[in-house]
Amino acid sequence: MSRVVTLKINGQDVSGREDETVLQVARENGIEIPTLCHLEGLSNVGACRLCLVEVKGVSRLLPACVTRVSEGMEVTTHSERLERYRRMIVELLFSEGNHVCSVCVSNGHCELQDTAIQLRLDHIGMPYRFPVRQVDASHSRYGLDPNRCILCTRCVRVCDEIEGAHTWDIMGRGINSQLITDMHTPWGESETCTSCGKCVQICPTGALFIKGKSVAEMTKRPDFLPYLAMMRNRKNGS
Amino acid sequence: MHLEDLHAIAQQQQEADSKLEHILYVCTGTACQSSRSEEVLKAIQAELKARGLEKKCAVRPGGCQGLCARGPLANLDRGKQLYQHLTPEDAPAVVEALDGEPPARLQLDKQLPFFTRQVRVATQGGGLIDPNDLNSYIAAGGYTALLDALMHKTPAEVLQEVVKSGLRGRGGGGYPTGLKWSTVAKAAPTPKYVIVNGDEGDPGAFMDRALMEDYPFRVLEGMTLAAYAVGASYGYIYVRAEYPLAVKRLQNAIKQAQKQNLLGSNIASTPFSFNVEIRLGAGAFVCGEETALIASIEGGRGTPRPRPPYPAESGLWGKPTLINNVETIANVVPILQHGSEWFARIGTEKSKGTKVFALSGRINNTGLIEVPMGITLREIIFEIGGGIPEGKKFKAVQTGGPSGGCIPEQHLDMPVDYDSLAQVGSIMGSGGMIVMDETSCMVDVAKYFMEFSMAESCGKCVPCRVGTAQMYDLLLKISEGRATLNDLALLEALCDMVKHTSLCGLGQAAPNPVISTLRYFRDEYLAHILEKRCPAGVCQMKPEVMEVHS
Repeated sequence: MSRVVTLKINGQDVSGREDETVLQVARENGIEIPTLCHLEGLSNVGACRLCLVEVKGVSRLLPACVTRVSEGMEVTTHSERLERYRRMIVELLFSEGNHVCSVCVSNGHCELQDTAIQLRLDHIGMPYRFPVRQVDASHSRYGLDPNRCILCTRCVRVCDEIEGAHTWDIMGRGINSQLITDMHTPWGESETCTSCGKCVQICPTGALFIKGKSVAEMTKRPDFLPYLAMMRNRKNGS
Repeated sequence: MHLEDLHAIAQQQQEADSKLEHILYVCTGTACQSSRSEEVLKAIQAELKARGLEKKCAVRPGGCQGLCARGPLANLDRGKQLYQHLTPEDAPAVVEALDGEPPARLQLDKQLPFFTRQVRVATQGGGLIDPNDLNSYIAAGGYTALLDALMHKTPAEVLQEVVKSGLRGRGGGGYPTGLKWSTVAKAAPTPKYVIVNGDEGDPGAFMDRALMEDYPFRVLEGMTLAAYAVGASYGYIYVRAEYPLAVKRLQNAIKQAQKQNLLGSNIASTPFSFNVEIRLGAGAFVCGEETALIASIEGGRGTPRPRPPYPAESGLWGKPTLINNVETIANVVPILQHGSEWFARIGTEKSKGTKVFALSGRINNTGLIEVPMGITLREIIFEIGGGIPEGKKFKAVQTGGPSGGCIPEQHLDMPVDYDSLAQVGSIMGSGGMIVMDETSCMVDVAKYFMEFSMAESCGKCVPCRVGTAQMYDLLLKISEGRATLNDLALLEALCDMVKHTSLCGLGQAAPNPVISTLRYFRDEYLAHILEKRCPAGVCQMKPEVMEVHS
């Protein structure tokens, strides 16, 4: 058993196990930190940078999803500076792809949209990049619209870590990174895809969707994931 | 192989050399090779043979003499005479004048400040070691440090020498090497690894390339010492595939060292074993970041991961891993040869030793130099570097590549060390120094580096992936005279945000060229924006381009 430590989050005294992250302890105590790439039940990559927090005595900002709690730690999850950075990160994401909420299957059920609203973002202060991206509708049941993809890699991780298929991966680098199936073959022709649909359910935006859904009809059910992860841990005896 | 054997080999070599009337080392580094130094070497060899002098005089391939701008270079009788701009056709003239004066156009003044101001530690030997020949390295005192350590010192003693020397990481960060070593040494005794980072990717930097090409055995010896000190038994040298000569020479060095039992199982008949493998990088700048490099060695995508855990605790295959830059490792051997006090006497209080710099850009003496820390930028550029060509006026010097900044005239008298450079908004970096004169536009320079960072971003974290692209677009807009003051404000906000929120060093440092040029050359940005004019006359103004998307 790991030790229990006490720490302060936003001045509030809280306790947590030493193997828990700042994000876990904050959420247990009802303190909300925005995240996009994090999902309970998957490994953490610290890529979206929305969960950055200030820790007293550390000059850098630390991602709450991968930072373990320690005794006497003093964490600030919300400050003028953090809010500004978070808004800019979401603005960058909107400017990167082609996000048009009004015609999106996930309108109203989109984590990117929710985060933007939570951060009180009313306009995008950066030039849109309007990339040209092809929709992949080759799969019989699901579709991929990369215009709405924010490269959080949740689908990559759920496919690799939970389903064990590793159909998804990222190709290219930097601003040219893109989500691909297998060795960049159309999704419908993928030899590894089991059509389980886990990737669709945990996709935070409308990038992965079930065919036949119209605007705002695509609701996602990611709740299976913590349950699966818990059962797996129990089986492995941890 | 014992210490006595080493001494015997060294003595043999020295005796053989003393019977020769002349020894000429022709540089066979990449820069000189590109101007036909191998043909020069062959031509001189043939010429000696034709004259029946091959028993009296030797011509050997050597390492970098530094002044690449005047290549191909050669060095006669340990610095008695230096040759410049050699061509294969010059072979008869060179051989003819071995005892006398060579033609003036081939003579290179060995009293130039370029040569006299240098202090050689990592490049000890001054290029007068045949990089393909282990015996040549042994004759120059090679492998005595390793065998002495294996026979007479405990790993803790080797580690203490490095700690006391005050050596700091030469890859750019300047993290104390001794501290890094002791962290790995203290980690649980599972398999541990030593990695040498030779993924030198900064534009204008070629220090590590020269060290790997000219002193491959020193890199191996230093690595083996590091492995002994931290308790590792396996090592990787990560070299970018764009350095074929370095790869070839390292491979050859590994083979020769293995043959002489200086690498492999039970090195020099001691219980210590260490094996080394070379891994080639596929041309990704981000793989110079240690966690990305480790991912690449493991066969994955070269993307960094958040630290902690640091590689010293959980690195390659999740095991404790020591990862050092080529130049850091090359410094280890001289430290153990001459002692930590000797090393600590060179340099400044907080930055000990020397630093190898690659001079390039608008400077007369383009090339490679090794200077003590604490030397001023003015000495480097105007004395050693020979100043700016064509009587142009100095404008700025860029250190640290795409992660560094531009330093203007007013800071030229500042000592070169880790902390001073950081104070003026740049970094030591791996040692690239690009000199710019009045014909360079600082907006254009910032744009160039941002384009580099954008192309080399791995795409994992949002600030670096999208932020660098947005910053590049804004810089392009400014350089074409299409920007407003709002764009400048957005650029500054993005710089601040990308610097503080990116996942790894690439993103955190990507705004540095912009921040530093804005700090010292804001007027140039304003001229582009307000007057639609490039003061240096570099940028093409295209204000008529219609704005479609904003």
